[in-house]
Amino acid sequence: MDPSTEIVRLVVNGQSREVGVPTHFTLLEALRYVLGLTGTKQGCDKGDCGACTVIVDGEPVLACLTPVWEAEGREVTTVEGLAGPEGIHALQDCFDLHGAAQCGFCTPGILCSAAALLAGNPSPTREEIREAIAGNLCRCTGYAKIYDAVEAAALRTGGPQG
Amino acid sequence: MTTSSRKVKSNQHLIGYPQRKIDGVEKATGRAVYTDDLQLPGMLHGKILRSPHPHARIVGIDTSRAEALPGVHAVVTGRDMPTPYGIIPWTQDEYPLALDRVRYVGDGVAAVAAVDEDTANRALDLIHVEYEELPAWLDPWKALAAKGSYEEGHYIHSPKKDGWNGNVTKKVRLEFGEVDGLMDSSDVVVEGEYFFEGTTHAAIEPHCAIGSWEPDGVGHAGGTGGAGARDPEGDVALDPAGAPRGGKLTVWSSTQVPHYLHRELSRVLGVDPARVRVLQPLVGGGFGGKSEPFDLEFCVGALAMKSGRPVKILYTREEVFYAHRGRHPFHMEYRTGCTADGKLTSVDAKILLDGGAYASFGLVTTYYSGQLLCAPYEMPAYRFDSTRVYTNKPACGPKRGHGSVQPRFAFEVQMDKLAEKVGMDPIDFRRANFIGSDTRTVNELRITSNGFLECLDAVEAASGWREKFRRMPFGRGIGVAGSTYISGTNYPIYPNEMPQSAVQMQVDRSGRVAVFSGASEIGQGCDSLVAYIAAEELGVPLEYVRVMRGDTDFTPVDLGAYSSRVTFMLGNAAIDAARKLREKVQEAVAEAWEVKPGEVLLAGGRAHWAQDTQRQMHIREAFNLAEARFGTLGATGWYNTPKDVHGEYRGGTIGASPAYSFTAHVAEVEVDPETGVVTVEKIWVAHDCGRALNPVLVEGQMEGSAYMGCAEAIMEAHVFKDADHGREGLHGGPSLLAYKIPTSLDTPALESLIVESIDPEGPYGAKEAGEGPLHPSIPAVANAIYDAVGVRMDRLPFTPPRVWRSIEAARGAGVLGKPGFAMEAGG
Repeated sequence: MDPSTEIVRLVVNGQSREVGVPTHFTLLEALRYVLGLTGTKQGCDKGDCGACTVIVDGEPVLACLTPVWEAEGREVTTVEGLAGPEGIHALQDCFDLHGAAQCGFCTPGILCSAAALLAGNPSPTREEIREAIAGNLCRCTGYAKIYDAVEAAALRTGGPQG
Repeated sequence: MTTSSRKVKSNQHLIGYPQRKIDGVEKATGRAVYTDDLQLPGMLHGKILRSPHPHARIVGIDTSRAEALPGVHAVVTGRDMPTPYGIIPWTQDEYPLALDRVRYVGDGVAAVAAVDEDTANRALDLIHVEYEELPAWLDPWKALAAKGSYEEGHYIHSPKKDGWNGNVTKKVRLEFGEVDGLMDSSDVVVEGEYFFEGTTHAAIEPHCAIGSWEPDGVGHAGGTGGAGARDPEGDVALDPAGAPRGGKLTVWSSTQVPHYLHRELSRVLGVDPARVRVLQPLVGGGFGGKSEPFDLEFCVGALAMKSGRPVKILYTREEVFYAHRGRHPFHMEYRTGCTADGKLTSVDAKILLDGGAYASFGLVTTYYSGQLLCAPYEMPAYRFDSTRVYTNKPACGPKRGHGSVQPRFAFEVQMDKLAEKVGMDPIDFRRANFIGSDTRTVNELRITSNGFLECLDAVEAASGWREKFRRMPFGRGIGVAGSTYISGTNYPIYPNEMPQSAVQMQVDRSGRVAVFSGASEIGQGCDSLVAYIAAEELGVPLEYVRVMRGDTDFTPVDLGAYSSRVTFMLGNAAIDAARKLREKVQEAVAEAWEVKPGEVLLAGGRAHWAQDTQRQMHIREAFNLAEARFGTLGATGWYNTPKDVHGEYRGGTIGASPAYSFTAHVAEVEVDPETGVVTVEKIWVAHDCGRALNPVLVEGQMEGSAYMGCAEAIMEAHVFKDADHGREGLHGGPSLLAYKIPTSLDTPALESLIVESIDPEGPYGAKEAGEGPLHPSIPAVANAIYDAVGVRMDRLPFTPPRVWRSIEAARGAGVLGKPGFAMEAGG
């Protein structure tokens, strides 16, 4: 009855980790229940809500729809890995400052979507921000404060909008 | 983008200004802990077997094959917990797991605990339940008309009295003033029929609970609870040998009501309440969907007691939809009269509430469906006749704006129709009927502060109403609506005279303030609120305040995050505690300085002398002086509601609140007449919250409310299949894909306009902001659709097919077009 277990090498938040996981595990299960990285949330477990969004090789990805072996050897960044050596990411500080996290459950996923956006587009318009987080459902904020926060972070890190 | 339309000057240093939340960084870095983030050593995974039938008798349950499966540690059924429960003490009509009858597809019948989720799921497949199907009652009208017996399945519950219909939960008929006489003498009367489809909360965090049982010693381990005898003198459960049951039950839960959960766990599982501990990690959204006990909380307790190991149950998203307790479908008929110059005369309402399988908060919902409509407009006469019926669907309960969002939709559309008939601008029409402040409603609710007129002014100006109403091209429209909501209820859910909210506060020698708060942090910021108040009153920097929370073992009771009670009640409790400590600190410093205690100010991390603010000391020194003078410094603070300000009639206490918030919205929409697609472009939200203690959080509540209301207007519908459309009683689509909630691309622009009326009894003048600002979204959108294309939408939600059919009907009748321009009567 024990599902077969396999060793998978994951590169999570810059650290290489070898973990033994049942082969049918998703990346989300491996992160939350094997690596103890519980910052990434499970809201629906079927790809509808975006709460489990992480960054894989620079792209936002739904960890609940990603078989763990598919992440083998790829660069995975979770909300725990957004902070740099100088401290928390500008997005994280701006989410706090602008009240963009109410219950906070969708926040890690939205931060990952927003971080992936800013990495490729340092000065996004509000429309581009709306597009970028359209796969992340937030039930608390009406998204307004989230736009404010992402715009403020972009101003801090990307300079004035062109 | 947000603006504050009115900012009232205050003497506070921190209250009233934008602040960060104390858990903001935690939440932005992934460190915040929610229930499913916890893993305990040896923890098992629980799963609940659910009924595939909407209505059936349970003939037998055989769990033996599941129990024999390797990896399974415990199996429980309804027989292990045969004590009925329910959030309202008078309507306890459900069991943690069904005893002899299931009443909706999804009703729990058995639960297992196993080494992992897969094994638990396999075990569920091995449980054999023999059902005898009964007629399913999905249509509330049919359930209401049913005749026969409970035994034969004509009724979903056993009638309270012989000859009664067991499908009726509650009937309320209340009448104030000369309804019929004033209706007959009205110059204008409009009649309307409205339907509000049910909606659900859809918090992003699914419900989760963990149970853990520590036996006291030999002879007390095991046992599933509930079966023990009861101490005839009280509630304390006795084990079969007659001695009080030992051991300690701990339950972690994503609940909004840890105190009620504590009580019900004790009662249902038969454990002395002094041996039950409820922990509440941060909650990932509630909106009313986690404000009563659920089957999983009892099941983790029973399974932990039986297996001796911690057990976690995490609902699947599908289970969250079936757990529901969301907004009731309402069938509403309204007659509303007014004079030729636009004064309301009489309101007559008849409402059928589709309650689903259990009572839940339904008794209150039935009252609220009428009681909360009596402001912000003066109405000389009012009658409502509301009936809640059971149906074989998941139970409905409270969702943000409990009981009053549905009738408010109907009522505000009626207002729009009346304004048009008498030729008044709908904003002016609402102004003309303003009830005022420091008054009583027709049903005797006490209104204190009331900033509704300022709300109307704010949305009128910000939206450019005068240039837009009836003046935009066909297809483009603007609509207005108003509302009121309670800031908590004067009477708690179970009758008692004790405080509704309390905190304990202590200061220590480092200058730190510890606040012990039993309030439920569901994202609204109540943990931050007590920290702001402690910092404000005791003069310490915000980062010197530690909030200890979410644990019934060491926090005083707060009744929970519901009915918009938290800011008002917890805020007053925190002020009470902090001021008791502040007085001691002031007195001790005054003695040292040989000045008057009232001249000692605590602010900015220091104590100052008011006469010469250069004279000061570090707050730590001030605290140490006070501790030397008075001993260790701690204080409890509490708040209880006024009990003498309700109507003197049966039900007159329901709807009574220490203060009411007021809201006005203007919505602007684009309607495509060829497709029926309604795009809500923008909603202006003006809300009288008394005082915005932290405007960032108040705006967040206003925006989140308007978003949620807008979603109910155009997208959300919690519907079930009937026999003609699939399996009877099956959810229409229990996923976040099929049940559509708005993404960022579906959400309109939102502009918050804070209005501050400074309530005389609120903390620093504050009232609620979490639920009131949802109400007007829906009628404002309905009224805007009318302004855009001249069709009235009286059924929710305003989906493209429904809007398109209304447009086609108007086109067919040759009346499609912008409504006529309002008369010049508006001023």
